[in-house]
Amino acid sequence: MTRHENSANFSRRALLKAGGALVVSVGARAAIEPAHAADSATAATTKPPLTPDQLSSYIAVDADGTVSAYFGKMDMGQGLSVAIRQIVAEELDVPFDRTKIYIGDTDTSVNQGGASGSTGVQDGGKQMRMAAAEARRVLVDMAAEKLGVPANQLAVKDGVVSAAGDASKKTSYAELIGGKFFNVHLDWNGKYGNPLYAPGKAKPKDPKDYTIIGKPMPRDDIAGKVFAQTDFAMDIKVPGMVHGRMIRPAIAGAVPVKIDESSIKDIASAKVVWDKGFLGVVADKEWDAIKAARTLKVEWSNASPPFPEQTTLYDHIRKAPARKREVGKQTGNVDDAFKTAAHVIEAEYEWPFQSHARMGPGCALVEIKDGHVTCWTGTQKAHFVQTGLANILQVQQEDVRVIWTTGPGSYGRSDADDCAADAAVLAKAVGKPVRLQYMRDQGTAWDPKAPASIHQVRAAIDASGNVIAYDFLSKGFSRVDVNTNGSQPKDTLAGQMTGVALKSGDGFGFPADSYGFANKRAAWETVAPLLDRASPLRSAHMRDPVGPQIHFASESFIDEVAAALNMDPVAFRLRYVRDPRDIAVIKAAAEKAGWQPRPTPRKKQSGDKVSGRGIAYAQRGPTRVAVIAEVEVDRPSGRIWARKFTVAHDCGQIINPNGLHHAIENNVVQATSRALWEEVKFDNATVTSVDWHTYPILDMPEAPDQVDIVMIDHPEIAPSGAGEAASRPVPAAIANAVFDATGVRIRRAPLSPANVKSSLS
Amino acid sequence: MTKIFTLNVNGIDRKVETDPDTPLLYVLRDDLGLNNPHFGCGLGQCGACTVHIDGKPAHSCRRPVAAVGDKKVVTLAGLGTPEHPHPLQTAYVEEQVPQCAYCINGWIMSAAALLRDNKKPTDAQIRTALRHVKCRCGTHMAILRAVKRAAAMMG
Repeated sequence: MTRHENSANFSRRALLKAGGALVVSVGARAAIEPAHAADSATAATTKPPLTPDQLSSYIAVDADGTVSAYFGKMDMGQGLSVAIRQIVAEELDVPFDRTKIYIGDTDTSVNQGGASGSTGVQDGGKQMRMAAAEARRVLVDMAAEKLGVPANQLAVKDGVVSAAGDASKKTSYAELIGGKFFNVHLDWNGKYGNPLYAPGKAKPKDPKDYTIIGKPMPRDDIAGKVFAQTDFAMDIKVPGMVHGRMIRPAIAGAVPVKIDESSIKDIASAKVVWDKGFLGVVADKEWDAIKAARTLKVEWSNASPPFPEQTTLYDHIRKAPARKREVGKQTGNVDDAFKTAAHVIEAEYEWPFQSHARMGPGCALVEIKDGHVTCWTGTQKAHFVQTGLANILQVQQEDVRVIWTTGPGSYGRSDADDCAADAAVLAKAVGKPVRLQYMRDQGTAWDPKAPASIHQVRAAIDASGNVIAYDFLSKGFSRVDVNTNGSQPKDTLAGQMTGVALKSGDGFGFPADSYGFANKRAAWETVAPLLDRASPLRSAHMRDPVGPQIHFASESFIDEVAAALNMDPVAFRLRYVRDPRDIAVIKAAAEKAGWQPRPTPRKKQSGDKVSGRGIAYAQRGPTRVAVIAEVEVDRPSGRIWARKFTVAHDCGQIINPNGLHHAIENNVVQATSRALWEEVKFDNATVTSVDWHTYPILDMPEAPDQVDIVMIDHPEIAPSGAGEAASRPVPAAIANAVFDATGVRIRRAPLSPANVKSSLS
Repeated sequence: MTKIFTLNVNGIDRKVETDPDTPLLYVLRDDLGLNNPHFGCGLGQCGACTVHIDGKPAHSCRRPVAAVGDKKVVTLAGLGTPEHPHPLQTAYVEEQVPQCAYCINGWIMSAAALLRDNKKPTDAQIRTALRHVKCRCGTHMAILRAVKRAAAMMG
């Protein structure tokens, strides 16, 4: 039997390693269970410290044998918690319904990165798989000691460990460790967030032995929501709580210079909180807080309107100096190859700022009591918000607890983290718990935006019609103008409004495909933000960050080349795509859709309504997706109906086909909304998309008629992300279908009725 | 100036003291502890706050409490329970409709009114009836399936 370190030893080492920043209970020596001397190294009655290299930080067996998983990522509604329970149940050989999961509470889970980049299963699941496998190994070892049977002669079924040849020799997980804690050290890689990895000594199961992974499982959180029994983050209340509302300037960058508090003297209990650019109100009743925010007389500084005319946005990007340039992997010599071209095809594409526009604007509740801070929030990244609140309130991180609570959707770095920081500032100022919710205009106009960009692409064709070189450049606002989480005050409005300088980061991305052009280059350039502080156009991650914009360009362009060469778009892709899994998704989508080869555009269509089809494909990390869109275009109105989609999706091993199906379908619909409708409008002063009329999204009449999904399962390949991948090819698939229908190439998103109508005329 | 109002909510008379101009949404949520209608826009554009007032879907974010009078208010919690679910609630669970579920008051309460008045709606009628309700997660396909399933259950 392997010796496991005890928690007291570990505590000291963890402190040394982490410089005391971890939440550890020093001196909380594990109480050894005297009845089972053999278990003494592996079971403890006191919980070991909540650190990434403790098995107990991920897995516990309750007194009744129920297995609890503690998970440092969050389920934003795609059923991740079910998938993780399937993985844990599978590796531990316990029934699925004997598992529970606790997610996103900084008091019960370690920082596994939160919801981030579709890594819930890919990274978070990988760790939970290793932890569960290790828990099983330890439990079997404990059973071997107890039963006097070698571990390799024991089998586990439904949490019962029994001897292979003697069924009378058996014990259960509950008997072995129920109600106590694993006291087992894992081999932590020292990293937090998505890359956190801490395996034990166990090997996970061979996929051929799976009985739970790969089975369709329903979510168990839906009934509570449908019967109105589940509290969302905005539903939490604590005694003594007051309501907060924020006030933003009408000209972005302006700050309050004078406040007339007498203007709200008639509103019961209303109070102003003002610190430099930070301006909010609180009141005992929510409606009073709203009225106070609307009524308060504020004199603002004389700021110059910071933004260009929206009609010049893409010119601005084109002309702005590149703040940073990055060139991706290059093949061959692109510049030389273009000199030998018989023919060059070039195009430029444009993508607007887009808003997360969550169904509910940001909301957070912060309570500061006896030196301890508690925050309930729908953030994607509870552990980073914990750091963020510690920073903005200038308290120790261990004095902050962030409890993720389900919220109004989440598709990246939304206004949730800003709201938590604002609520903390208000709560500290008024000395009471504050529940802050933004108003609709703040949720749409003032959330971090998906960056606007342009994309310049060219291809060199030789005399025989072969693509001999390909050159792709994205230029746009950074995907990390503010960072992907609110751990630093510089990245939140509260920090920026109270004077912390913006330190805008640089990042964009490259097309992700396997086109084997002999000479190939992709690059990106970022431009400076339009306003260097507290900007409603600050840019950050939004679902599949920069994926839809880049692949709108790259996959539209591939279609343009295919059309120029008079080739069928599927055949053209298959001619150049090199990766077998990429080839497989393209073929699977084409087969499912009944794709008949022919060049685009479609010929001989007359009348107001024309129809067409288009394909696009992309990789996203190890995941690959091909999408075929079939559209109808109403020429007089410019309205597009994306009537049918066919999706082929390969994310390696499928954990839960049920959850995966919904994830793909919802990605397709949301990406259709972004492709057809979504554009943040602004004037010189500020963002003017403030509600659902000024920021329209797809509505029910425009929902597709049919979404066919082919899920390709590879049990032998580690599962990769599915939370965002299907969003990526959709805009190009639609634009390619519109070209097929009309013969007109639309290179600017969104393909709104106005845009399509003017493009067709 | 606050006043005392008696509201009939989910079949029970409830007394609240509040400003007459307070939207019903905040009274339901903050005074009566009925959290399920959600604030989405405060503008009557999204449906997250939808309740039934005398059987008709209404945006509680736009309806001052003083204008409710003795009309009967029903929230999602009052539409059905796990023991006695509305067919739409059953269909929502069976079809696994929501992603975040923040929007479902609008969809279920609007669809319930549709199915009460039209037992066998066509696809186009469902789409039209639900055209003013927002879902940001893109669950529209599952919503359509659930409404059709509920219609079949109500047969």
